[in-house]
Amino acid sequence: MISIAGAGVAGLSCAAELCRRGVQVEVFDIGSGPQDNKSSWFAGGMLAPHCEGETAHGDVIALSQGAAAWWSQVTQVTQNGSLVVAPPRDRAELTQFAKRTTGHRLIDGEAIALLEPCFAGQFSRALFYESEAHLNPRQALFDLCAYVQSHGGRVHYNTAAPKRVDVDCRGYGDHLPDLRPVRGEMALIESSELNITRVVRLLHPRIPFYLVPRGHGVYMIGATMIESPSMRPISVRSLLDLLAGASVLHPSLGEATVIETGVGLRPAFSDNRPTVIQKDGCFHVNGLYRHGFLLAPALARLLADQFSPIFKQETGDENNRKFHPA
Amino acid sequence: MKLYDTDLTSRLLLGTAQYPSPSVLLDAIKASATQVITVSLRREMPQGSAGGFYRLLQEANCHILPNTAGCHSASEAITTAKMARDLFETDWIKLEVIGQSDMLAPDVFELVEAAKILAKDGFKVFPYTTDDLSVGERLLDAGCDVLMPWGAPIGSGQGLRNPDRLRAMRAHFPNTPLIVDAGIGRPSDAIQAMELGMDAVLLNTAVAKAGNPVEMARAMSMAVRAGRMGYLADPMERRDMAVPSTPVFGLAELS
Repeated sequence: MISIAGAGVAGLSCAAELCRRGVQVEVFDIGSGPQDNKSSWFAGGMLAPHCEGETAHGDVIALSQGAAAWWSQVTQVTQNGSLVVAPPRDRAELTQFAKRTTGHRLIDGEAIALLEPCFAGQFSRALFYESEAHLNPRQALFDLCAYVQSHGGRVHYNTAAPKRVDVDCRGYGDHLPDLRPVRGEMALIESSELNITRVVRLLHPRIPFYLVPRGHGVYMIGATMIESPSMRPISVRSLLDLLAGASVLHPSLGEATVIETGVGLRPAFSDNRPTVIQKDGCFHVNGLYRHGFLLAPALARLLADQFSPIFKQETGDENNRKFHPA
Repeated sequence: MKLYDTDLTSRLLLGTAQYPSPSVLLDAIKASATQVITVSLRREMPQGSAGGFYRLLQEANCHILPNTAGCHSASEAITTAKMARDLFETDWIKLEVIGQSDMLAPDVFELVEAAKILAKDGFKVFPYTTDDLSVGERLLDAGCDVLMPWGAPIGSGQGLRNPDRLRAMRAHFPNTPLIVDAGIGRPSDAIQAMELGMDAVLLNTAVAKAGNPVEMARAMSMAVRAGRMGYLADPMERRDMAVPSTPVFGLAELS
């Protein structure tokens, strides 16, 4: 029986991958349910390795391969690609974004209108990342939990993990040296007027903004990145920025309803790359930063390789090993 | 170069925002050989204590110049400056009071007001200002020993939009350290600023948002040194007529 601390996206993904390989698992979480894992609960759920490649380390893009396929076994994944647009005066941002990412093609206003009719006449050019996808993180957490349980695993909410566990996935709650919190703020808005079916990113020199459809007229908008451990509710300034982004993306979103705001602390190492660290007999899966849902499948596979029959031999200090997933 | 009582050998000051990761930032700081890094305080402020990011910055072993980025009034800037003094244990403050949010232009009236109060309170004020001479005068009267005129709007990477005004500032304030703050996009912009006789250059986005921030940091460091050396070497004047550079005394006498 493998014990796992933390039932966020990292912990549950590790549990699911181990279950899939026939390993018995038990997950402990002090929260009362998925909604208490703030970083996962308030995530965007974009499976967008190419767009993230603009700033992310090459590792992140490499590790993202197969993420959408992995998630499809567990939860509903929407494979509609993603669209990147910029206001006319910020067209230089689009040029730079295109230069620094791959997997896209430039499309014109007509093609944009074919993909998303509500943007007809709104933008004259966009980058289309056809292979990208998105999921609903909240549904995914419930589905992961159900997947683990249906494979004989157990998930204990309202339960502190025992002092010694085999795997620690508690994010910023796992006090590893060099781990820092990056605060993220988001909002959910609801609009009955618009039907946007894929992730849309709005490039703006000051407020990078994205919108992820959640179905039934609900959209997640995000997200800030602030070097801070503060869990106070979203600031007026951040919310202003997000809502301004929404109304620039489409004027009708000015009439949308703000139904929820949220704050999470994303765990990140100083190079913003995810890592599996073996330390005193425990594997720490951490540093997923702003790529929790994108990277969890790869990290889960890497972790499961340590326990499943095809054990991967590593060299180095037995008690303190670091597996760089590249 | 002396900024207030501190002797510095590097004439490049580097901002710490917008890098792909803190480790890239630390590498860029090293590559730039800077001795002064600016830190934005306003939004990233944890309640009371310094977070992980601030601990990382201390590893850089540089003088920390906290800034009041995002403040729109003298009173906001003063509050932020006091928070910065407590958190970083420094009396240096880069004073930024924004008056107009589209161009992030300084509000020079609030700026002078805040500078007066902070200087009286013992702060060593580094004001982010325009290239206006009379504003510069007022800032010196307020107790500033350094002026930081803009080259172009913050984060725009447009280079020096008005080099003649900067040249005039140099002539008007011969003994005040002048640091071009904001607008630098490329190494050639930094060279131009230094050739005008500016004492130093402060930049952030040009490095942080480059495809390879560490290489750009190195390039900027070389540019600042090249520009300074060029200024000190007293460049030739421009002239309209071409002059052959071949030595005359080696030519054949044809008569």
